[in-house]
Amino acid sequence: MRKISRLSRFNVASLALGLAFLYLPILILVIYSFNASRLVTVWGGWSLRWYHEFFNDRAMIEAAWMSLRVAASSATIATLLGTLAAVALSRGERFRGRTLFSGMLYAPLVMPEVITGLSLLLLFVALNAERGFWTVTIAHTTLTMCFVAVVVQSRLGSLDRSLEEAAMDLGCNPVRAFVAVTLPLIAPAIVAGWMLAFTLSLDDLVIASFTTGPGSATLPIRIYSEVRLGVKPEINAICTLVIGLIAVVIVIASLASKLSSSQGESAAPL
Amino acid sequence: MSGRRIFARPARFAAIAPYLWMVLFFLVPFAFVLKISLSQTAIAQPPYEPVFDLTAGWEALKAAFGALSLDNFRLLGSDDIYVFAYVRSLTVAVTATALLLVIGYPIAYGMARLPRRWQAVAMVLVIVPFWTSFLIRIYAWINILQHDGLLNQTLLALHLVSQPVVWLSTDTAMYIGIVYSYLPFMILPLYATLAKMEPVLEEAASDLGAPPWQVFWLVTFPLSLPGVGAGVLLCFIPIVGEFVIPDLLAGSNALMIGQTLWLEFFTNKDWPVASAAAIVLLVVLLVPLLLYERLQKRQLEQGR
Repeated sequence: MRKISRLSRFNVASLALGLAFLYLPILILVIYSFNASRLVTVWGGWSLRWYHEFFNDRAMIEAAWMSLRVAASSATIATLLGTLAAVALSRGERFRGRTLFSGMLYAPLVMPEVITGLSLLLLFVALNAERGFWTVTIAHTTLTMCFVAVVVQSRLGSLDRSLEEAAMDLGCNPVRAFVAVTLPLIAPAIVAGWMLAFTLSLDDLVIASFTTGPGSATLPIRIYSEVRLGVKPEINAICTLVIGLIAVVIVIASLASKLSSSQGESAAPL
Repeated sequence: MSGRRIFARPARFAAIAPYLWMVLFFLVPFAFVLKISLSQTAIAQPPYEPVFDLTAGWEALKAAFGALSLDNFRLLGSDDIYVFAYVRSLTVAVTATALLLVIGYPIAYGMARLPRRWQAVAMVLVIVPFWTSFLIRIYAWINILQHDGLLNQTLLALHLVSQPVVWLSTDTAMYIGIVYSYLPFMILPLYATLAKMEPVLEEAASDLGAPPWQVFWLVTFPLSLPGVGAGVLLCFIPIVGEFVIPDLLAGSNALMIGQTLWLEFFTNKDWPVASAAAIVLLVVLLVPLLLYERLQKRQLEQGR
């Protein structure tokens, strides 16, 4: 018994240190966004000055608006396609080209972004597509639908399939059984998938840099070019706003999954 | 059981739209990368000589195949910059992945041994930073590591150093950034296998007289190998092609391959060489990518 308790003290310490390591930098960033001083490292009292500066920075606001539009549209298309892919993979049994299909879905999850970005750009150039909102949206959809597919597929895999079978025994056709039985049960995973796709798109720098055109920079592209020149308090303020937005998204996601988990089903992780 | 088969048919139709999408926007683009990696640089827009022109007929196609050249690949093999970049990418990825494993394992183990209730909370706490922007997390570290940043201020106040240490533009800063960004990817698969493991096995080993380190090496670690494999691949593959972290945190005297690709593309506007660099990177990553896919597939299809 004593050995176990000594072990768990080590466990608690490593866990606490690990979490501190994960959270402290972000916390510091947020605190310093309220710093009145121009010097990022000198504390000059609390102030909203840098938020004011951001809201007067037209280029930044435009980039933020572009990012939000891209994130919302690509997340929506990706959720649709990713859910379809997950259904095909987990309920479609065997079909021709299944190996290629699942391969194409899992590869982008770890594929270095420089490769994905470069290859999509070459495609867009070859197609003579005008680069901007739509090319970035398509690129982000391609990346994020794979994440949606994985999240939804793991949920579908843990579902009791006898429910669908029961619905069909009671006279539903497969499509109706899916809409009436399966869809409500996987809804939390679909919501989580949309949120994940949204934040991934909002976050992406590399793929967006390759696929966007002149004059339509996304927020990460703008932030990146500013950060290369050094630390600016305004960037802290923008980052804090983005973190706040993502926090709201996460809270909504977890509320949504809690709402549907009150039907006796636990929510999918991630 | 026939219910399953009836359900499977429309489910297969669901594959059509995502299938076409992935072929068009994931598979086909690689053909373009390959094609352009074999063509010549040109001062034009787009900056390469088109190789295939299907409208020009068979003779032109034959001429085009004759014009294909491996020059770009030869350049990659002979120019020290590229060879160094590949070697550096692999060493950085191996070192960083090892660091991640050593740091992530105790955290994952700590999570897996918490009471059930707290495990869910700890998991959310590990995942949440993963949701905040990647670029923001790197920027947060620039804040801390800069010349008069918090780290130097703390070290000076504690009299641990007599003058500010240079942190930014060093490999140390880069490793901190990589470990920080990829830690959740290492912890989660490790935690998933460790949580499934029966603590009884460890207790049995220790009842039979094994000291704690032996319990760990002979029981815990071997049983967690699937999680170790998943975590290692999940970190190693993207780190090899990493661009943002080395670009913002490491010095500019030694580049990783993602950076050289970016430079060739955006600064030198040499698309054929950038494409060739991408192809070589892909070949380097082929084995770990295939391993990862098999793991992923096995994991997702276990629940069926």
